[in-house]
Amino acid sequence: MEFFASIATLLREWLSNGLGLSATSTELIATAVWTLVVILFVLINLIVLVWLERKYGAFFQQRRGPNRLGPAGFLQFPVDIVKVLGKEDIIPAAADKPVFKIASICAFVTTITALAVIPFGPGMVLEDLNIGIFYFIAIGSTATLSLLMAGIASNNKYSFIGAMRTVAQMISYEIPMVFSLLGVVMLAGSLRLSDIVAAQQNMWFVIPQAIAFLVYFIASIAETNRGPFDLAEGEQELVAGYFTEYSGIRWAVFFIAEYGNLVAVSSIATIMFLGGWNAPFGLTFLPPFLWFMLKVYCMIFVFMWVKWTYPRIRIDHLMHFGWKFLIPVSLANIVITGIGIFVYNSIGW
Amino acid sequence: MLKTQELTLNLGPQHPSTHGVFRCVLNLDGEYITKAVNHTGYLHRGLEKLAESRTYTQFIPYNGRLDYVSGMMNEMVYVQTVEKLMGITEEIPERAEYLRVIMAELQRLASHAIYVGCYALDMAGFTAWMYAFRDRDDILDFLEAASGQRLMPNYMRIGGVANDVDEDWLKRLDVLMDKMPAAIDEYDGLITGNEILMARSIGIGPVSAEMAIDYGFTGPNLRASGVDTDLRRDEPYGIYDRFKFDVPVLPEGDSYARYRIRILEMRESVKIVKQALKDIPEGPIMAKVPKVIKPPVGEAYHRIENSKGHLGFHIVSDGSTKPYRTRINSPCFVNLGIFPEMAKGMHLMDAVVALASIDIVLGEVDR
Repeated sequence: MEFFASIATLLREWLSNGLGLSATSTELIATAVWTLVVILFVLINLIVLVWLERKYGAFFQQRRGPNRLGPAGFLQFPVDIVKVLGKEDIIPAAADKPVFKIASICAFVTTITALAVIPFGPGMVLEDLNIGIFYFIAIGSTATLSLLMAGIASNNKYSFIGAMRTVAQMISYEIPMVFSLLGVVMLAGSLRLSDIVAAQQNMWFVIPQAIAFLVYFIASIAETNRGPFDLAEGEQELVAGYFTEYSGIRWAVFFIAEYGNLVAVSSIATIMFLGGWNAPFGLTFLPPFLWFMLKVYCMIFVFMWVKWTYPRIRIDHLMHFGWKFLIPVSLANIVITGIGIFVYNSIGW
Repeated sequence: MLKTQELTLNLGPQHPSTHGVFRCVLNLDGEYITKAVNHTGYLHRGLEKLAESRTYTQFIPYNGRLDYVSGMMNEMVYVQTVEKLMGITEEIPERAEYLRVIMAELQRLASHAIYVGCYALDMAGFTAWMYAFRDRDDILDFLEAASGQRLMPNYMRIGGVANDVDEDWLKRLDVLMDKMPAAIDEYDGLITGNEILMARSIGIGPVSAEMAIDYGFTGPNLRASGVDTDLRRDEPYGIYDRFKFDVPVLPEGDSYARYRIRILEMRESVKIVKQALKDIPEGPIMAKVPKVIKPPVGEAYHRIENSKGHLGFHIVSDGSTKPYRTRINSPCFVNLGIFPEMAKGMHLMDAVVALASIDIVLGEVDR
């Protein structure tokens, strides 16, 4: 594990000393390599997640799920990839072609860039920004744009309605999400994600911030467009929502972005509330990176559990719930956290 | 100044939640429906005309293609109409009558299981759909064992039924019927009491008793509007007068009531099957009917309580081997008529739920 933690430093040393490159080119190459690692991380996660989603879905529905290719159907993904790549790339005649083409890539890019600040272990971070969580939220907001682009450029009524819903939903649920994270930031006293993880060495923030955790959990379901808040897709009334007109690899890129988002919001939940890479109860026999991934996958399991259990909520109920319940609750949580910090400091334990 | 404009949306004929090839043209103000127009006929196969060029026996398998989720009941009403026309209603052997009731009620259970599953699925409750289909599959196994077919059984015959069932079939069915109430309890846990589902279906698409009668609602939809009617009890056909069962009636008339009435009816169907299993006598399964069926000149109308409502057959005979005219009165088509009225002013998401709640099967709407 030490090797993995210091691999970035080793790479840099090798580039500058071994190959004798200048400081600028060393930095450029090292960053490029790490970016590639993050993209690979998203793709590997995608493979596992698609399989898990199918298996969990089957488990919840008393089915078997994929079971033909490889152990427990795990090798289904190469077949899926071949299928998706083999599909005809259809662009509707009346679509806004440049925007239509760029939208799916935009969705993927936002996901990758959001993952740039996430520390997967001590030192295992692409860019440990001092405003890490702020950056994550800002990038997360731009994801809305790519869906809007896809919906409007398709020139399809279902896509259009889906895109409008997405905007309404994502903007409404961004607010409680940010407010819920604010309580954690107040406790940790930093926006840097590695500092927040370090502040949870003794107690995970899920204990003092239980309400914020629930608010974050609900808001992030809406943020990732998963059931029961998957109104943007809304199969039963909107066919497939904003990506109705997409096919083949363009559709698959949206799919990758969706699962990448799932990993990203689960990672943020782990970092902000579940102690990041810190091992619980001093169980340090697993390396920090594995603890982190374990927690992320626990979160993902809960996300899938909710998705496979509940029917879809109606859009106006969703709005009422967001504005009339989640935002007041998250605001109250900030006030209570503030009072708590003040009392704690004035007693001066 | 920004201008707003109504959006015309073609819901169907290829759409995930129109339950087949039903097309509805919606005028949308935002996501609210200002006008809905039904367009049917995409699955029209001319079954009524086909009947005129088939002999009476040959037409039996076509009935499975009417409402393809309740084939047994369609066949039952057809053969009973022909029997009425021939005047041999009293000659049907006891065992055949019991088997008909068992099959019809099993089919009702299967059909309602589809309804329950699809109703949840139209709100993206995919898991609930799988639970309902698990039980439907158990039932279809029995229909398959008796008739050789799962969907289009071709089991009823003019004068009886095609195949007898053995002791083992009856015993295993008894075991399944003992398990069935527990499975229905599972739907209650997963679907009926679900907070989101309740929020989405209570008060959606309300139909008052007067409106329901005016639009010709029949069957479970009418009972969900508070009208106490059931052909099995009011004008018993076959041997339905021998069974004790309740007719559930709910006063609300909204989508949720239409859903719950199906759950209640499933429980009643289980009761009927259990009574029939207890009383079923030994004996022949076919009456002595001529090989070539030539009903006397005349006409007959017969209707039964289908899983969707009153399914009626009107057959006119000119004394030959083929009917002069066959007319099918389909409950689905009649029930669908209320949808434009219901959908007016509704949210698009609610319209899908309301459409699911009136339980249409396009095979019967278009015939």
